[in-house]
Amino acid sequence: MGKTVAEKIFDAHRIDRPQEGIEVLSIDAVFCHEITTPIAINDLVSRGKDRVFDNTKIKAVIDHVTPAKDSKTAEQGKTIREWAKRQNIKDFFDIGKNGVCHAIFPEHGFARPGYTIIMGDSHTCTHGAFCAFAAGVGTTDLEVGILKGVCAFKSPETIKINITGKLQSGVFAKDVILEVIRQLTTNGATDCVIEFTGEVVDAMSMESRLTLSNMAVEAGATSGICYPDMTTVEYLWPFIQDEFKTKEEALASYKQWLPDADATYKKVMNIDVTNLEPLATFGYKPDQVKTIKELEGTRLDQIYIGSCTNGRIEDLRVAAKVLEGNKLSPDVRGILAPATPKVYSQALAEGIIKIFMDAGFCVTNPTCGACLGMSNGVLASGEVCAATTNRNFNGRMGKGGTIHLMSPASAAASAIAGKITNSKLYKG
Amino acid sequence: MKNFNGKILFLDRSDINTDEIIPAKYLTELTKEALKPYCLEDLKLDSFDSKKDLAEKTAIVTRENFGCGSSREHAPWALEENGINIVIATNFARIFRQNMFNNGMMAIELPAEQIDEIFKKFAGTDATLAVDFDKSEIKISNNKDSFTTNYTLGLFYSDLVKVGGWIDYVDTKY
Ligand code: SF4
Repeated sequence: MGKTVAEKIFDAHRIDRPQEGIEVLSIDAVFCHEITTPIAINDLVSRGKDRVFDNTKIKAVIDHVTPAKDSKTAEQGKTIREWAKRQNIKDFFDIGKNGVCHAIFPEHGFARPGYTIIMGDSHTCTHGAFCAFAAGVGTTDLEVGILKGVCAFKSPETIKINITGKLQSGVFAKDVILEVIRQLTTNGATDCVIEFTGEVVDAMSMESRLTLSNMAVEAGATSGICYPDMTTVEYLWPFIQDEFKTKEEALASYKQWLPDADATYKKVMNIDVTNLEPLATFGYKPDQVKTIKELEGTRLDQIYIGSCTNGRIEDLRVAAKVLEGNKLSPDVRGILAPATPKVYSQALAEGIIKIFMDAGFCVTNPTCGACLGMSNGVLASGEVCAATTNRNFNGRMGKGGTIHLMSPASAAASAIAGKITNSKLYKG
Repeated sequence: MKNFNGKILFLDRSDINTDEIIPAKYLTELTKEALKPYCLEDLKLDSFDSKKDLAEKTAIVTRENFGCGSSREHAPWALEENGINIVIATNFARIFRQNMFNNGMMAIELPAEQIDEIFKKFAGTDATLAVDFDKSEIKISNNKDSFTTNYTLGLFYSDLVKVGGWIDYVDTKY
């Protein structure tokens, strides 16, 4: 019988099957950040097991709160920093070189087709954009991953989402994934892997695919997978050119992970996005989605552009196109957090940072910051934020605050209007 | 094994997420004990008072998709610190469920009709839970009603509960 992408990856990594339907896999990459890793490190130390299974397969970053905002976050940074040094983890990104995990690790080519990846972070599903099985895990799974390079999963069931048609100007990957979550609901893909396919995904850049895969977990999915093609190979080429003679050879090799034509899916969904309008969330669940038109005029206090969902260069370019020559409404404050130093310096070189600053935005260093309400733009009670992030949970950006998730274009247009508005200003 | 018997806290809502179980601002704590006072602080549920309603409870019964959202293991830890080692729901978000078993705690899934019945009979009363691990049986009762059902755990999850979690399990195997 044919196999899905996840089934092929499981076959290539299985080391045990402790019970029917549960598989223990070997892990190709363990990603770490300073919020969920320090407790694992301290536990390993207290158990007398301060070791790592393979220092080249562990990648670490300080990204959630950076620079440290208080003594406790400074301790977290110190714990992971000293551990990385002690364990000789070369790929450790500290202040000055650090950025949001799910943006910086792809930039360095750490996610590859066919890989198994875990991280103590639910949005690890992002790396599935490279046709990897990438899953968020808790601190205990992370600890075992660090020590032994293994992790247990249920045998994967897959939902295939075929995205067809043509996106209108002003409609982006973020709108597509909000529509997917609206249809699936927050529980619709629990314990499943999603395969994103179809002409719309084929035409997407790696940045857009990362946005798509990033929010798979908001429908409950374990990983959000896109198929490898020349776009994947081009993106990875700087990191794989010693491995393959030509790009065609790399692609041919990566195609081994494509699903078989007779693979079995739990469900197949077809979504034609030709008439899709810009969308945004309302309420406190990411499946509560309306068109921007329906939400037009909603009062805002803050605009936040950044995060592992939409803090990449493509996102900043789109937002800058909307903002150019315009000013932030006096009714709102705007915050831009480029996701990585590379994005930041590209944006500087392209004049994008100036456009944001001229419009009246505050530009912060690359960090998660306000996305999870830990620093750099926490909301006060009763305040409303238009954000390009991925979660609108109650209190997520600050106790008593409300978040409307939307695309960078919609967020930028809303920044100018001072209230939720359609991104008609976008010309492109 | 941990204790699974005692008073039940009923949370009559679906999609209770990990930000509600323990808000991100407390993720800077370096010990599990420090999480105790903040458990369920941001829960969106009418007339819920985390301090008062959590007191002396050892189990939670809730609806669908409990523990969705962040991967933070601080969510089960915060429950554990408050004496809650078992959650019964229609289903769980994957990471939360795994985190529970990885700590030797239990995340038990029951059909929606049974959860409904439990809510109808026991919510709002002083109900208690008794788990017979060997028989895979749970019994819920109050002073006038009782309800017994079997659950399925499977060998792997049973072993995790028995040995106290994934770290000890792995030690003996891989
Ligand atoms: S940007 Fe937000 S969602 Fe992404 S990793 Fe950071 S905190 Fe998590």
